[in-house]
Amino acid sequence: MLARIQVPSQARRGEVMTIRISIQHAMETGYRLDDFGRAYPKNVIHTLSCHYGGKEVFRAEMGSGIAANPYFEFYVLADQSGELRFEWQDDSGVGGAERATVQVVT
Amino acid sequence: MARRFWCRWCRARDRAGCDLIQPMWWLWFMSIGIWCAVTPWSSHSAESIPPIFSISPPASSTPLAPLGRSGITFASPDIRQLQADNFANPGMLWVTRGETIWRTPSGVKGQACASCHQDAQQSMQGVSARYPRLDTGRGTILNIEGQINRCRQEQQATTPWVYESADLLAMTAYLNYQSRGMPIAVTIDTDNRTQWERGKAIFHRRQGQMNLACVHCHEQLVGRKLLTDTLSEGHGNAYPIYRLEWQTVGSLQRRLRSCFNGVRAAIPDYGAEELLALELYLGWRSSGLTVEAPGVRR
Repeated sequence: MLARIQVPSQARRGEVMTIRISIQHAMETGYRLDDFGRAYPKNVIHTLSCHYGGKEVFRAEMGSGIAANPYFEFYVLADQSGELRFEWQDDSGVGGAERATVQVVT
Repeated sequence: MARRFWCRWCRARDRAGCDLIQPMWWLWFMSIGIWCAVTPWSSHSAESIPPIFSISPPASSTPLAPLGRSGITFASPDIRQLQADNFANPGMLWVTRGETIWRTPSGVKGQACASCHQDAQQSMQGVSARYPRLDTGRGTILNIEGQINRCRQEQQATTPWVYESADLLAMTAYLNYQSRGMPIAVTIDTDNRTQWERGKAIFHRRQGQMNLACVHCHEQLVGRKLLTDTLSEGHGNAYPIYRLEWQTVGSLQRRLRSCFNGVRAAIPDYGAEELLALELYLGWRSSGLTVEAPGVRR
């Protein structure tokens, strides 16, 4: 699953980093009907999480009210050099992962 | 000779039997006369029919303001901000996907786009700003989608992508993104003038149950409201666009088809000559505007 992430490659210790992620997903609500009146099965990304240095720093649980191609922007305090790992999964069992490394300088 | 009748018109024998001097008759004559005098003749003439129902072609297209404003200038500030932000712009997901397809080999020859064209950032710069153009060999109009499929069939020897497929949208977005910020340069010459005139005729032709031409909304009523949307000048310089209503990226032909649907006209098929001619006219019409792909609209 295609996603774009924006993480600063370098940050000062104690700095607040802006993290952005945008995932390509139709976010099918389950309310839409096809030409024969049958509902398209609901298929949304239900969970998105972000781990920083092995610790979960952000988690979002989504439902049918989130628009297609969800976009998130959140803030993380830079305290150690390490890896930011993003994971998400949708209702059909398809998931994705992205990772980025942050270099924290004093 | 004795008078046989007292009144020569109603042949009454005396004054009391004469109908014409009865006061009730005069009341009737007077009221008919007054009605004819006060009722204006204009209410019976054809001029009072609202002009929207006339079947005459529209008068010469006289825009309210000089053309040359991109569609984004009519959008609300949040939409403008979303388009300008290269990360938050959802259309950039398609650009990213197109970049992957550019480098991925396809077809029996195992050729990728990059095999011939190398780095798109250099080789494809400003290319899509010159489309649609005339395919001189076949005498048909080629838009950027048509050119991609021509390459796929002739160079890569694979099946063409259908309109609005995820791959074609991604590749179109990627190619048009390479021309971002460059002026549209669609030129009309003796070769493609026939097609241009056809496109111009379609643009000025009343059609559909609404009996409207493109020119009515997109030149004569620019800046006014259609439901909650502001009417733009109808330029295609930001296509393919991410439309919030569609929740996905769509091509210019998808937008044109939805306009045909809006005026309740027969909708041409994707890739129809009618739509291609209209695309050529629109491209010429927005010459000089900068390419904004991938755009964001409501």
